[in-house]
Amino acid sequence: MPAPYDLNDDSVVVIVGSGAGGGTLGTQLALKGIDTVILEAGSRHETWDFINDEWDSFAQLAWKDKRRTSGDWRVSKDFPNLPAWIVKSVGGSTVHWAGASLRFQEHEFKTKTHYGELADANLLDWPIDLTEMEPWYAMAEDRMGVTRTNGIPGLPGNNNFKVMEAGAKKIGYKEVHTGRMAINSEPRDDRGSCLQIGFCFQGCKSGAKWSTLVAEIPKGEATGKLEVRPDCMVLKIEHNDAGKVTGVVYADKEGRMQRQKARMIAVAGNSIESPRLLLNSASSKFPDGLANSSGQVGRNYMRHTTGSVYGIFEKPVHMYRGTTMAGIIRDEAKHDPSRGFVGGYEFETLSLGLPFMAAFLDPGKWGRDFSSAMDGYANMAGMWIVGEDMPRADNRVTLSDEKDEHGMPIPDVHFDDHENDTAMRNHAYKQGAAIYDAVGAVRTIETPPYPSTHNLGTNRMSEKPEDGVVNRFGQAHDISNLFVSDGSQFTTGAAENPTLTIVALALRQADHIAGRMAKGEL
Amino acid sequence: MAKTTLALNRRGFVKAGVGLLAMTVMPSGLIVGNAWAQMPRSAKPDTFAALVQMSRDCYPHEAVADSYYANAVSVLDEAARSSEADLALLEDGVAELDAAAREKGGTDYKSLPDEADRVAILEAMGEADPFFQKVRSNLVVGLYNQKELWPIFGYEGASADQGGYIDRGFDDIDWV
Ligand SMILES: Cc1cc2nc3c(=O)[nH]c(=O)nc-3n(C[C@H](O)[C@H](O)[C@H](O)COP(=O)(O)OP(=O)(O)OC[C@H]3O[C@@H](n4cnc5c(N)ncnc54)[C@H](O)[C@@H]3O)c2cc1C
Ligand code: SF4
Repeated sequence: MPAPYDLNDDSVVVIVGSGAGGGTLGTQLALKGIDTVILEAGSRHETWDFINDEWDSFAQLAWKDKRRTSGDWRVSKDFPNLPAWIVKSVGGSTVHWAGASLRFQEHEFKTKTHYGELADANLLDWPIDLTEMEPWYAMAEDRMGVTRTNGIPGLPGNNNFKVMEAGAKKIGYKEVHTGRMAINSEPRDDRGSCLQIGFCFQGCKSGAKWSTLVAEIPKGEATGKLEVRPDCMVLKIEHNDAGKVTGVVYADKEGRMQRQKARMIAVAGNSIESPRLLLNSASSKFPDGLANSSGQVGRNYMRHTTGSVYGIFEKPVHMYRGTTMAGIIRDEAKHDPSRGFVGGYEFETLSLGLPFMAAFLDPGKWGRDFSSAMDGYANMAGMWIVGEDMPRADNRVTLSDEKDEHGMPIPDVHFDDHENDTAMRNHAYKQGAAIYDAVGAVRTIETPPYPSTHNLGTNRMSEKPEDGVVNRFGQAHDISNLFVSDGSQFTTGAAENPTLTIVALALRQADHIAGRMAKGEL
Repeated sequence: MAKTTLALNRRGFVKAGVGLLAMTVMPSGLIVGNAWAQMPRSAKPDTFAALVQMSRDCYPHEAVADSYYANAVSVLDEAARSSEADLALLEDGVAELDAAAREKGGTDYKSLPDEADRVAILEAMGEADPFFQKVRSNLVVGLYNQKELWPIFGYEGASADQGGYIDRGFDDIDWV
C-alpha cells in the first residue's frame, strides 16, 4: 500500500523525480525498509492510458515547460524552447525510452587517462571503474530483464533490423544483433512479452518494456514504505545553519506551496532540472547554489553525439512495425583515434511515425526534395547514431531571467559541438549511408540530432571536491545528506545509452545509503 | 474560377472532415484544434485559396488532394479569427506573394501556372519571414498529422488495438 507521509515527518528520505534514477532509488530504499517520498512534477499515467499516436502522446507525457537554448547546435535554431525530448510523468523518461541497455566499456570510465588532454574538452576520470560497477550492472540487468543477459533470448529482428543487418554485414561489420534490450522477449517479472506494437517511444501499452512506472515503483509501494506524490514540482531545497538539507518547497497540483521535511534528499530530475533546482536553492550560506563550491553545477552538459541516417529503397520496409530500437551495430564503439576522433559510437535501429518524421527529418526544410523523401516513407529504413560527446565547461545549464508560473527561473541550455563530436558524426553519417547503399538504397538522408533524449553530466562525479559536484556514491561533496541520483552524475558520457548505468548507480547508491543509515552516519 | 474550385474543395473536406483530427501542442507552442469542421472563414476566400496553393508548393505530394492542404490552412484560418495580428499576417503575406506574381506577369500567386515560378517567389520571400514561418511550421503538424492521409504514405498508425505487428508483418520483407 502506498504510504502517505506527513509533511512534517522529518524522518523520510525525499527524492525529486521518479525516472530511471529516482524511481529505482526510491523503490530500492523502500525494499530495504527506509521510509521514502518521491515528489514527481508530472502526473501518473498508467499503461492503459498510453496513446499510440505521436503528437497526442507527446502532449500527454513530454516535458513541455518552457526552456531556452543557446549555442551553435541546430536544436537551438529549430526548437529554441525544446532542447530536450524527455518526460514529465511518473516513471520519468523510462516511459518514453526505447530500452537499449548497454554497459560502459572499461576505458570509458577513465577518459582523461585514455584520451589524453584534448583542447576545449573538460575530460575527467570517473572515481569508479568497470570492475567496481560489474556487480551493479549485473543486478540492474537482472532487475530490468535485459535480453542477451541472464539467459534471456534476444528479441526477433523486425524489417528495419533486417535491412540494417544485411547492409552492415555486407560492409564487414561483425557485431550486429537485436540488442540488449530491457524489453521482455518472453514473459518475465509478471509482465508479458513484446507484441511488436512499435510505439516504444509513446509508452509501451503491453507492459513488455521495463520502466520505473511498471516495474519498480509498484514493488516499492507494496512495501508500505514508499509514497509517490505526483503533480508536485519541487522549487527549492532548504538547509539549516549547519549546512545540512532539511526539506523541500514544492508547488502541488493546485499550485499551492508546500514544505516537505526530510532527513536526506536525493535529486533525480534529469540533467536539466537537477542543476536548475540546485542553482535555484542558493542561499546566503551557499550563494552560488547548493553543492556548488566547485562551480561545476550545471556545467559539462552532454547529450551524446547523435544523428540519424535514413535509407529509401525500391521495396517496402515498414520500419515502424515492431520494436523501435531492437537492432545494434557495435563495431564502431571502440576507441580508435585513427578514425580522426576519440571515443566511439553505436548504430541502433530507429523509426519514427509519419507525423514525427515530418517534424524531425530535416526541420525547417520544404519543397520537392523534402516531400519526395516523405513520399518514400513506406520504403524507408532508419538508424540512430549514439556516440560519446566531449564534456565542455561552457556547455551548461543556467538560470535565465525569465520565470515560470511558480516564479522559478526557467533554464537555459547552452551547447556548442566540440570538433571531436562533429568529426565523429561525419564518420558515422558516412558509414551509415554505406550500410544502406550496400543493400541498394536509392537515396540516403542525414538527419540532424533531435532534441536531446540523453541528458547528462551537469552534476558530475569526481574524486576531488574541486573538480565536481558529487563523490563516488553520488553524495554532494559539500553537503553530506544531499545526493544526486540521475544521469547528471555522469563524469563523462561513454558511447552507450545511459539508462542501465543510471539504474546500476542508483542500486549501488541505495546500498550505500542504507549501510550508512544503519551505522547512524546519515 | 479559383473561387469556385475552392468552394467545392471546402465543401468536400467539410463533408469528409468532421472530427478528423485531435490536434495537439507543437514544439513551437502553437496550439491547433479540430476546428475546420465549423467552416472557418476569417481570411478572404482568395487569401484562403492562395494559402492552400502555397501549402502545396511547400510540401508537394501528387497523391494528396487539395482538401488535406485546406484542412491544414483551416487551422491557421481559425486562429486568425481571434487575432487581428494573425489575420493581418496572413492577408499581408498573401498580398506580398500576389505582388511578386504580378511582377512576373501573372494576376496573382495562386494562378501562376508554373510551380517553379511560385517556388521562386517563396524562396525570395525567405524562410525567416514570419508569414512564411507561420504557414510552413503549421503545415508540419497540420498536414502530416491528418490520420486519413497516412495510408497514402503507407503509414498504418495505432497498432496496440490490433495486437501489434507480431502477427501482422513486423518481419515480413524478403528482399534483403
Ligand atoms: C524517446 C526516448 C528514447 C530513449 N531511449 C533510450 C534507450 O533506448 N536506452 C537508454 O539507455 N536511454 C534511453 N533514453 C534515455 C532515458 O530515458 C534517460 O536517460 C533516463 O530516463 C534518464 O533518467 P533520469 O533519472 O536522469 O531522468 P528521468 O527518467 O527523465 O526522470 C526525471 C523525472 O524527474 C521529474 N522532475 C524533474 N524536475 C522535477 C522537480 N523539480 N520536481 C519534481 N519532479 C521533477 C521529471 O518529471 C521526471 O519524471 C531515451 C529517452 C527518450 C526520451
Ligand atoms: S514494440 Fe514491444 S516494447 Fe515496444 S511498445 Fe510494443 S510491445 Fe512494447
